[in-house]
Amino acid sequence: MQWDVVIGLEIHVQLATKTKIFSGSSTAFGAEPNTQASAVDLAMPGTLPVPNEEAFRYAVMFGLAIDAEIGRRSVFERKNYFYPDLPKGYQTTQLEQPIVGPGHVEIDLADGSTKTIRIHHAHLEEDAGKSLHEDFHGMSGIDLNRAGTPLIEVVTEPDMRSAEEAVAFAKKLHSIVTSLGICDGNMSQGSMRFDVNISLKPKGQEAFGTRTETKNLNSFRFMEQAIAHEVERQMDILEDGGVIDQETRLYNGDRDESRSMRSKEEANDYRYFPCPDLLPVEIDDAFIDHCRSRLPELPDARKTRFKDQYGLNDYDAGLLSGDAKLAAFFEDAVSHSKDAKLTANWVQGELSARLNAEDRLITDSPISGVQLGDLIVRIADDSISSAGAKKVFDALWSGEGDNVDAIIEAKGLKQVSDTGALEAMVDEVLAGMPEQIAQYKEADEKKRKKMMGGFMGPLMKASKGQGNPKLFTDILKKKLDD
Amino acid sequence: MTISREDIEKVALLARIRVNDQQVTELENDLGNILNLVDQLQSADTENVKPMAHPLDAIQRLRVDEVTETNQREAFQAIAPATEAGLYLVPKVID
Repeated sequence: MQWDVVIGLEIHVQLATKTKIFSGSSTAFGAEPNTQASAVDLAMPGTLPVPNEEAFRYAVMFGLAIDAEIGRRSVFERKNYFYPDLPKGYQTTQLEQPIVGPGHVEIDLADGSTKTIRIHHAHLEEDAGKSLHEDFHGMSGIDLNRAGTPLIEVVTEPDMRSAEEAVAFAKKLHSIVTSLGICDGNMSQGSMRFDVNISLKPKGQEAFGTRTETKNLNSFRFMEQAIAHEVERQMDILEDGGVIDQETRLYNGDRDESRSMRSKEEANDYRYFPCPDLLPVEIDDAFIDHCRSRLPELPDARKTRFKDQYGLNDYDAGLLSGDAKLAAFFEDAVSHSKDAKLTANWVQGELSARLNAEDRLITDSPISGVQLGDLIVRIADDSISSAGAKKVFDALWSGEGDNVDAIIEAKGLKQVSDTGALEAMVDEVLAGMPEQIAQYKEADEKKRKKMMGGFMGPLMKASKGQGNPKLFTDILKKKLDD
Repeated sequence: MTISREDIEKVALLARIRVNDQQVTELENDLGNILNLVDQLQSADTENVKPMAHPLDAIQRLRVDEVTETNQREAFQAIAPATEAGLYLVPKVID
């Protein structure tokens, strides 16, 4: 049987505010356990929450970026459940009147088409603490530094039909929130976490099947794997005539396994009710206008600009515009190099490969955009060969030097492009190779091509590796073919 | 309106409150009375009444995003039953 896959996502986005959503505790990552957990975060009796206005601004900026209605009046509710990393016994969240209403996000697919994914809403809420299940004499350790960190939970409509679409959406959302500067986007630190709702239905059928939710995926790769895994699991059950239980599942990326977390019988009954500790929050036009004035260039607009301004193709423009910091690096480089295509190639090639290999972010690149731009100037004007350029890149990367021209000078990488000097070298070398010349003259076009290497070797040697190979080839051909 | 024993037992479980049979019987009566009052309220005409999220007719004030809290871990952990390496220790929970 043929099946349609239906996917909806819920994404927790940690907001990059300095303090928590309801207290003045720092949200900085990596502090000693419980040193950033105040009386409010610990739910000490008698404490009261006071909302952080920046969290509201970030949520509104997100709403504006996805063309959503902004909730003029938003209300906090209590979602009640017991877990040790939730000291109050409830999560303060929004349900009926969220800050961000329906909106939409466009995604680009591999075949060049685009698709609109509808956003149901996005609401503000607080994060929980962390439970450490390593063995503390048979007990669990609780770190409440994260408790109360502001989140927006973005809820999509079930508009995605494949893992590819879901991952494209996740990447686009990552690109939007990091471009806005409302989230640091650091997935390995849990700054963005994805819950995936998946169901199957016979191909063409209108009604959706029963869905499962796979929780807390924190990388694009795990998300893709988890979807493939869950689709296969459901397909096996359905094809054997079984039924899907509506349940929450946990995916273990290292083992490509999933297991049930909570079943239907104990289905969550969160008993939401409006939080009596918090009044409704009203957002006026001035607040929204202020947020609008803070909106930076967004990925879609940047992509279009990269195509118009730099003449990049759709693929290059898409890759370079997605990450705001990478885009800024590229623009720094191209403002010096004046060669967009060559700069795009170097940023996506050598630079990205090095960053990935050393697990560095673009912001930690040892080479600045300006330095890369300077290097590309020297490649474009034929001062150095591509092999020489790699050597300069290495020297910049390792910190051996910081000035491109100085490195070229010091390493003797400057190409000789003076045709007169090159011609003299060619004449000299050819004078010592009469046999090879005779063979060349007898050979056909195909063989001749192969034989060029036999001349180039001695030429490069004669020029101490500094002769411009392209010019050498041109001169050689002219002399040999005459 | 009435509330069943099963409903009471479920709500008690969700709230982590232990109730014995005797208490369930009492709660059946008490909560039933409250629900009857709610029934009575349901009959009020609310067509032109806006839903109310809070009894105070006021708007929430927001706070500037500046760190105002300092590390008070030692004071808070002094009253915790068990701590180690700066963590609060709780009975093992894995779901």
